[in-house]
Amino acid sequence: MTRVGVVVFPGSNCDRDTLRGLELAGAEAVPLWHEQGSLDGCAAVVLPGGFAYGDYLRAGVIARFSPVMRAVAAFAGEGGLVLGICNGFQVLAEAGLVPGALLRNRGLRFLGRDVQVVAERLDTPFTSLVGERGPLRMPIAHGEGCYFADEATLDGLERDGQVLFRYVDGNGMQAGAEGDPANPNGSLRAIAGVVNARGNVAGLMPHPERASDRLLGSEDGLPILRSLVEAASRAQRVPVGAAR
Amino acid sequence: MTEFRFAVNVVPKPGILDPQGRAVEGSLAHLGVEGVSGVRVGRRVELSVAAASEAEARATVERLAQELFSNPLIEAFEIDALDGAKAQASAAAAAGGAR
Repeated sequence: MTRVGVVVFPGSNCDRDTLRGLELAGAEAVPLWHEQGSLDGCAAVVLPGGFAYGDYLRAGVIARFSPVMRAVAAFAGEGGLVLGICNGFQVLAEAGLVPGALLRNRGLRFLGRDVQVVAERLDTPFTSLVGERGPLRMPIAHGEGCYFADEATLDGLERDGQVLFRYVDGNGMQAGAEGDPANPNGSLRAIAGVVNARGNVAGLMPHPERASDRLLGSEDGLPILRSLVEAASRAQRVPVGAAR
Repeated sequence: MTEFRFAVNVVPKPGILDPQGRAVEGSLAHLGVEGVSGVRVGRRVELSVAAASEAEARATVERLAQELFSNPLIEAFEIDALDGAKAQASAAAAAGGAR
């Protein structure tokens, strides 16, 4: 079974849901405590939602300096698969593992509701089993989700296929900028998720784990977790203790 | 070693949307205040650094400001030295103002 780790920071609050979602997606899901410096032989790592270290200073910034994040950064540097969800996306952005920054929502309010996104790429380790672009319905729950990067960076992301998810309206049309309810936080170019240039580290604001079971009202997030687990199974590393 | 005290002022870079600043600006009408614009909300971090010289202490603060207190993509910072005399004077002024 493919082992996938879920990092637990003080203040993480979606770690249990994410472990459950990964199990539904076929993984052996294990928690990784923030003070540990190793990833326990995991073939992929997920940074879950929540408020790591209270979101003090800036969302995600203090988590960046935790021992486990040094291990995650080294893992990502070797091509390991890393997915950041919501606060996990903020941590990845602060750590410079994905481009851009997440600003306060333009409407200033914390938003907890369903949104619709499309997958702009279906050939990544995070979307290969999504099937169609969407729209995918998943919940958001964040106060700082307004994706920002300078114009040159945004153009580069579009050119290089690094925009992974985009907010869309009910008709599947790209959400507008400020004031369009389909773009909940005013993200530039309606960007809801990005992937790094190498293609092994991705972050998104919506919560796939909260849309991974029919009981939750949507299963649209499950294929994202399945894609990750499937890609991780192919990238399976030598399990801890296997070398004798 | 001497202890040097600094303040790091972090503000959103020009052109970066500052929803907090905009909300504060929007509230001014309720106070009956007119003619105020360009409100930007940031944060201030004060800290003491033990070092052999002020230059050395300042270098540490620079590093912290760049790596931790600010996100260079979206924020700019300024470092102010807070020497003891100045701090005492401002504390006295504050106390005086309270009387």
